[in-house]
Formats: sequence, structure tokens, C-alpha cells
Amino acid sequence: MYEELGASRTRRTMTATARLMRALHLDGMLLSGLAIISVLGLFVLYSAAGDNTALWINQLARFGIGIAVMVAIAQVPDHFIRMASPMTYVLGFVLLLLVAVAGDVGKGAQRWLDIGIIRFQPSEIMKLAVPMMCAWYLHQRPLPPSFWNVAALLLMILMPVVLIAWQPDLGTALLVTAAGLLVVVLGGLPWYYMLGGVALAGAAVPLVWSVLHDYQRQRVLTLLDPQSDALGAGYHIIQSQIAIGSGGVFGKGWTNGSQAQLEFLPERSTDFIFAVIGEELGLLGLLAFLACYLFIICRALYMAAQCRDAFARLLCGSIALTFFVYVFVNAGMVTGLLPVVGVPLPLVSYGGTSLVTLLASFGMLMSLYSSRKLVG
Amino acid sequence: MPRVRVKDENLEQSIFLQRAVIAAVILVGMIVLLAGRAFWLQVLRHEHYAELSQGNRARIEPLPPNRGIIYDRVGRVIAENTPAYQLELMREQAGDLDATLAKLKNWGLLEPDDLDRVRRLVQSRRAFEAVPIRLQLDDELVARYAVHRHELPGVTLETRMARHYPFGAIGAHAIGYVSTISESDLMRLDKERYFGTGVVGKTGIERAYEDDLLGSGGYREVLVNAEGRRAELPEGRSAQLQSRQPQAGRDLRLSLDIELERVAEEAMAGRRGAVVAIDPSNGNVLVLASLPAFDPNGFARGISRHEYLALTEDPDQPLFNRVLRGTYPPGSTIKPLMALAGLEYDVIRPQDRVFCPGHFSLPHSRHRFRDWKPEGHGTVDMHNAVMQSCDVYFYRLANTLGIDRIHEIMTRIGFGAPTGIDIGGERGGVMPSPQWKASTFGTREQQVWFPGETVILGIGQGYWAATPLQLATATALLATRGEHYRPRLVRALVDPVTGKVEERAPQPLPPVELKDRANWEVIVDAMVAVTSGARGTAVRAARGAQYSIAGKTGTAQVYSIGQTEKYDEKEVAERLRDHALFVAFAPAEAPKLVIAVLVENGGHGGSAAAPVARAVFDAYLTKEKG
Repeated sequence: MYEELGASRTRRTMTATARLMRALHLDGMLLSGLAIISVLGLFVLYSAAGDNTALWINQLARFGIGIAVMVAIAQVPDHFIRMASPMTYVLGFVLLLLVAVAGDVGKGAQRWLDIGIIRFQPSEIMKLAVPMMCAWYLHQRPLPPSFWNVAALLLMILMPVVLIAWQPDLGTALLVTAAGLLVVVLGGLPWYYMLGGVALAGAAVPLVWSVLHDYQRQRVLTLLDPQSDALGAGYHIIQSQIAIGSGGVFGKGWTNGSQAQLEFLPERSTDFIFAVIGEELGLLGLLAFLACYLFIICRALYMAAQCRDAFARLLCGSIALTFFVYVFVNAGMVTGLLPVVGVPLPLVSYGGTSLVTLLASFGMLMSLYSSRKLVG
Repeated sequence: MPRVRVKDENLEQSIFLQRAVIAAVILVGMIVLLAGRAFWLQVLRHEHYAELSQGNRARIEPLPPNRGIIYDRVGRVIAENTPAYQLELMREQAGDLDATLAKLKNWGLLEPDDLDRVRRLVQSRRAFEAVPIRLQLDDELVARYAVHRHELPGVTLETRMARHYPFGAIGAHAIGYVSTISESDLMRLDKERYFGTGVVGKTGIERAYEDDLLGSGGYREVLVNAEGRRAELPEGRSAQLQSRQPQAGRDLRLSLDIELERVAEEAMAGRRGAVVAIDPSNGNVLVLASLPAFDPNGFARGISRHEYLALTEDPDQPLFNRVLRGTYPPGSTIKPLMALAGLEYDVIRPQDRVFCPGHFSLPHSRHRFRDWKPEGHGTVDMHNAVMQSCDVYFYRLANTLGIDRIHEIMTRIGFGAPTGIDIGGERGGVMPSPQWKASTFGTREQQVWFPGETVILGIGQGYWAATPLQLATATALLATRGEHYRPRLVRALVDPVTGKVEERAPQPLPPVELKDRANWEVIVDAMVAVTSGARGTAVRAARGAQYSIAGKTGTAQVYSIGQTEKYDEKEVAERLRDHALFVAFAPAEAPKLVIAVLVENGGHGGSAAAPVARAVFDAYLTKEKG
């Protein structure tokens, strides 16, 4: 008898939470996945930051901002997001031009725009603006897209990407390209176009090679043979692989990774934090993180499939898959499968702008998903 | 024929679903690829990478700073650093921590009592840090370690500078001691400054001047191989090794005179109590003795739990600093000050005579306040009243003055508040007043101030409680005729590298000005009579002195300082005896030294406490002349 009472009370509480979630246009499952990975990530960052607790507290504050942005965006009606897409794109593009003309130089790259109160990277806006624009464009046209539609889309994607790559910020350029192309692919880009694209890209390698900055070429070469430059560009890859490999199955224990704590591992709280997980928490830690990411991506894809109109579907699908690109490029780089490209490990790496952009994109996803019943 | 294409919602949705499923399959495949890569690195190639991670590791070796040396008044070293062996343990290299600790215990390298503390200490530091687990090993332990060293990976014997106090227990309560940094210390300390430093000042000067004495730690990076031995630097890596030189702490020059301290402590002859000697012209503390004391070297060496318990559970409380923290009723020692208050407020003249029948009663009351001399002192003036310590005279005077005026002047003199000496832990004692009583007690009946409570303040009893240090500073005020200095132990700080000396100027406190300066002499004359007059209470102790002593004896009813011993008839009887007090300065006409002596359960001030003061005066004044 008591058990039944208890169970019904539990059910009541759960439905109350669910009602609150629905009222806020949030998705419980996705939110749980994000929360788990964020908390785990904060633990890892605490260890990676060492004595620098200010860094950790900073990240905590940015999570606060990011969550606020996410919840706020989740409240925006889906048709408003669709209407705002071209404007956001144009605004972001203009800002990118401004950066090229008058931006601040930080760490050898011209990425920042200082508007008095805050400094920010307009390229971050493009991570969302480009897929929004592409989805908006395709929404108004029958799918699969025609040849000229695809050409127009490629132009829309490449114009900002060229500007970003020029800064140079290869990592963001890659992510923006992926976000845009994924919309096109999900929209039904014919397979032979894709094959043709890959062939074209292969043919373009020599051309791209000549355009790349020295350090970017070095990174690619280093991937092929890390030992060739063990104390220079290869140092990152070698040290991160030593860190991961020496962690073994169970790891060296939280805050006890000698590679990370003795500062052998470079960029350990930003781009190379995946190696800290591998060293301190071992294979089990890495698998746990990968499983969490997989859960988030699958849930996001499922939500995308539930959306009732093309714009929402395409944008949500792109957000889900771009998130995966983040994870794969970063983890691939740190484990030595891909060249060193400045892509952070989402929700774990230290760094403000990309964290806020990511959470904003999930806010958008939830908004679009929550209005699926009203549209169509 | 051109086909007109329209949006087909069903077609679009199925395209999306198809693409999303393909994407999901691909991404699961890629995640599996990542997991496989991790498996390759962490399982199949684990040994290879583990070796690499061990092999190219730089170990950070701390370079601890030299702690400042402490010199006494004439330059004798009273706290120094001597090389000593210590055992250090690096958790990461020790492997099984519990097994290592068990081995250390079996071979006598660790006390069984210490195991838990050491385990917690090692676990609270990072795995690759070498944590000191036993300080100051003697030759036998070093030999024992040498025999077993090959069975103790991760445990190393290091030579480090260790704190040593050449005079042992003498002056221990003033100097204080250093001891192993505890977990709670770690919460408040800057870990970087203490890197490689195993100890921190815990009490006394060692604690109060910790910041100056410590200096700051340095480090150097050393490349080591898998066994933790130092390795040759490979080509190109030397630039990565960093180092920072330690900075030695500053030396201290004290006002404390360690030989005079020894004289005072020996004169106490094993009794419990306190001796303070102050130079009234600048507040320099020459003697600060609280007895029984303890050997600070024990703490510096790393005291075992067993030894520590023996100290804390000793009913004589050797760790209790009676000079700063023991609060006792001041007894008759404050009678000269009370007389001074009478003159200042014009309620009595020196020549006014009072008849002492051996007891005093308030009007309309049958309660008798007794004199220590049951038959009474007969007719006494102020001079005689101080000399013979007549209680009735001061009952009457206190009653005439009233509590407000007594409280006002005694607070100005410094009772009821800490003196502000430059080491910590001092208590302020109690200078009672009706306001104090109202705010201290809970019930209405207890909060009322009774006239009788004013009366007994006249002889320094009742709620009045003062530390021996306060008695000394109050007496110094009589010696200087109103001038006041904050007592201090440290005169100067010296930078051992540059030799730069930072003198600390004496710190004057607001002086006590009298309406008639001649009143000082009335009081001082009476105090000289205490040690030289026909019926003075401290005549015997002062006999044969080559200088004049102005003093005042006192006897205080027993005040418990929270002892926890079991009931024992003989013991309790001894501990119920009165405390003996004596305050004095000499030479009376040009005072060089002020002394306050307290002998717990010593009985009479004249016979128990005054001879201690005499011994210190003799050692200081006759030596100075010679």
C-alpha cells in the first residue's frame, strides 16, 4: 500500500518536472546528456587547470552565461528563428569583413572584434548563421535541391569560410563548412554530387597546399611522421599520445596524471584536454565520455527527425552532426588520427565563446523541436 | 517537357530520415574508430607509453629556504638551523602505500602511533611529491634505513636543514616552536611558498614572525628516469628545465635575555607559575617564563602522538602559556594603583589615617570583610597601608572611590584588555564594571552590581582577573611615572643576505598623567618601604640588595585554569592553596627592570614570589654594574 503511494507521488513529481520542461521548451533527455558531460568536464578541467583555480571559476561562470543563453533561445518561436536567418547571416558576414579590415590580432591571428564592451569572434556567429541561412534557403525550395540551388548554397558557405580561413582560423573554418554542407547533405544532395565533390577536393589538394600557412602545412606533415620534429610541431602529438597511452585502462587517477600535472602536455586545459581524460581516467574514462557524446548526438538527431518542416529538420540535423564533427576532429587530433586543428572538445575544453555558441545551438534545437506540433 | 516541381513534404521527410540514418551509422562507426584508437594506445601499446611517460619526466626538486635565525638580547643564538636527516616518501614510486608504511613500522622507522597521521599526510599531497614523513633521524635510525633501503622503493633519506633550539626548554613559551605542517595548516598557507618546507611556526615568536622567518621556497627541475634517479639531459631538452632560487628568511634580534630567562626559571625551582621582566623605558621583554615548560626540539623533530598526549594531559599544563593566557586575581599587588586612584580623584590624602580593627563592614550591613591580619593593623596612613598591605584601608578606599572611578582608571592603566605584545594568543583578563556584569551574566539577579563587589576590588579580588604580563606593564607604569610602552620581544629584523637591519622602534602607548606628579613619589616611597620598612611584607627577600627595590606582594585566591585531573585529596589540597604574587622594579629611583612573579599555589607573595624577583634583579643589575 505504501509502495503504491510512494510510486504515485514519484510519478506526480516527475510529471511536474516534465510540465516545467515543456513550459520552458526544454528537452529533458538532451538536457541530462549535456549536464552529465558538463559536470564530468568540469572535474577534468579542475585537474587540468592545476593551481589555476581562477581558470576553473571562469569556466563555471561561462557555463552560467551559456545556460542562460540556451534557455533564452529555447523560448524564441521557430518561425522567428527562420525569419531572422538571412539577417543573422548578413550581419555575421559584415562583421567578418570588419574583422578583416579592423580586427584585433591575438595569438598571431586576426579573429577578434572589439566593440568597446566585449571582444568577440564574429566567426563564432557564422557557426550558427551559415546552417541557418542554408536551411532557410532550402526551406523555400523543393527538395532534393537542383544543381543551381547547390551552387548558390556552396557560394553562401564558401564566402564566409574563405574570410575565416584567411584570419587564419582553420578549425572554425572547418566547422562552419561542415555545418553548412551538412544542411545540404541532409536536404538530399544527390550522391553523385558528393562523389564529384570528393574528387574535386582531391584534385584541389595541391592548390590548397600552396595557399596554406606554414604552420598549417607543418601540422599536416607532422601527422604523417611525428618523430620528424619531436621537439617542435610533433611535440604536441607525441606528448598527448604518451599521456593517453600511459593512462592504461584505469588511468593514473584524477589530478595525478604526471604528463598533465608536470606540464609535459601542452594546451592541456584547452584543445588537448581529451588527453588529460585519457591519462587520468584511462580507457574507461574515454569510453564514458564518448558514450555521453554519442547519446547527445543520437538524441539530437532523433529530435531533428521529429520536426515537421524542412527548415527545422535541416537546421537541427546540422546542429547535431556539427557537434559530432567537433568531437571527432578534436578526439582524432588528440589521439593522433587527424592533424592538429584548433577545435576544442565541446563542453569540456576551457574557452568561452565556443561554449556559449554550442549551448546557443542546443537552445535553438530545443526551440525548433518544441514547436513541432504547431507547424505543418 | 519541363517538369514543374512542388514541395513534397512526405518525400522531403523520407529523404531526411534516410540521410539521418546513414549519418548515424557513419558516426557510430567513427566513434568506434576513436574507441579503437584509444584501445590501441591504452591497452595494446600501454607499456610502451607508460615507459615513455616515466622516462622523459622532469621531477621538481624543492629548494627550501633557510629559516631566519633568532638571537637573544646580546646575540646568543636561541633558534638555529642544523643539517639533519629526514625520511621522505613519494607515493607514486612507493607502489603499495600501506605495505610500505607497515615495513617502516616494523623496522622502527615510524612510530606505530604515527601511521595514520603519515598516511593522511602523504595522501593529501600529490602522488609525485616527496613528503617528509620523519624529521631529524638519529644515527641509529639512519643505519637502520641503510640496511633496508633496497626494500623501500620511493622512500629516500634526505639531508635538510632542521630547526634546533640550543637552550631547549628555556624560554620555550616566548620563542615557541616549529612543527610539521598539518592538514589544517595547509588550508591557510600558500602552498607554493612552503614547497619543500616541512615545518611551520606554531606558537610564540616562531608563529608571530612566521612571515619574516620563512623566506620563500625555490625549486629546480631535474630530469629523472623510471627509477627516479637523476638522468642525463637529452639533446635540446635542457632549455625546458626551470629553477628558482630560494630566499632566506630574516633573522630576528630579541629583547629576551636567555641567561636572565634561565636565572628566572631556575629560581622558580620547579614550581608552577610565571615570571615577566620588562625594561620600563621601552617595553623590551627580557624574561617571559611560564612554568613548567616543554622542549621545543621535540616538536621540531616531529613529536609522536604518545609524547604529545603526555604533554596535553599533564595536570601541570606545560603547553599553557601562563604569562599571556593565565588570568589570575591580581590580589594586593594592585594596592599601590588603588592608592594612586584615591589621590588622583582627591578622595583621600597621604596623611589621612584609617583605623583598622581587622575587619570592614558596609553601613547597614552585618557582613564583615576580613583583613588578612585578624587582630588588625591599628591606625594606618597610606604609606603604612601599602607597606603592611592593610586590607581594611583599601576596602574603605574602594568603597569611597566607587566602581565607576575604579573601572575608569584601571582601564586606562591597561587592565581588561590585551597589552598588545608582539606574539599571539594573549588574553585580556577582566576589569569588572556594572556594564560588564550586565552583559556577561544571563539572569536579572546575577546582573545586579552589589556594593560588596566594589569593596573587594580594593584588594584585587572578585571578578578582577589579570595576566602576569598585565601586572608587569601596570607596574612599569609606576616605574616610569606614567609612561607606557607596548611590550615586545623582537627588537630588530636582519636580512641575512644584505645585512640590512630593520630596527623596530619602541611603541609608546598613551601616558597616564596625574594632576599632581608628586603623587607618584608617595606611592613609590611606600613600595620601597615594602622591601625595606620595619614592617614591610617583602623585607626578607630584599635583604642585602645593593640597590633599592620598590615592590608589592600579593596573594590571590585560587582561580582554576580548567584542570582535568582526577580527584586526589592531597593533590587538591595543594592546588587549593593561594597563588603567591610579587611585582617590583629596581633601582627604585631610576628603574631599569620591572618584574612580575606569580607562583601558583605558592602561598605568600613575600616568601614564595619575591625571592624569584630578587634573583633576577641580582643577575641583571649587579652584572650590569660589574
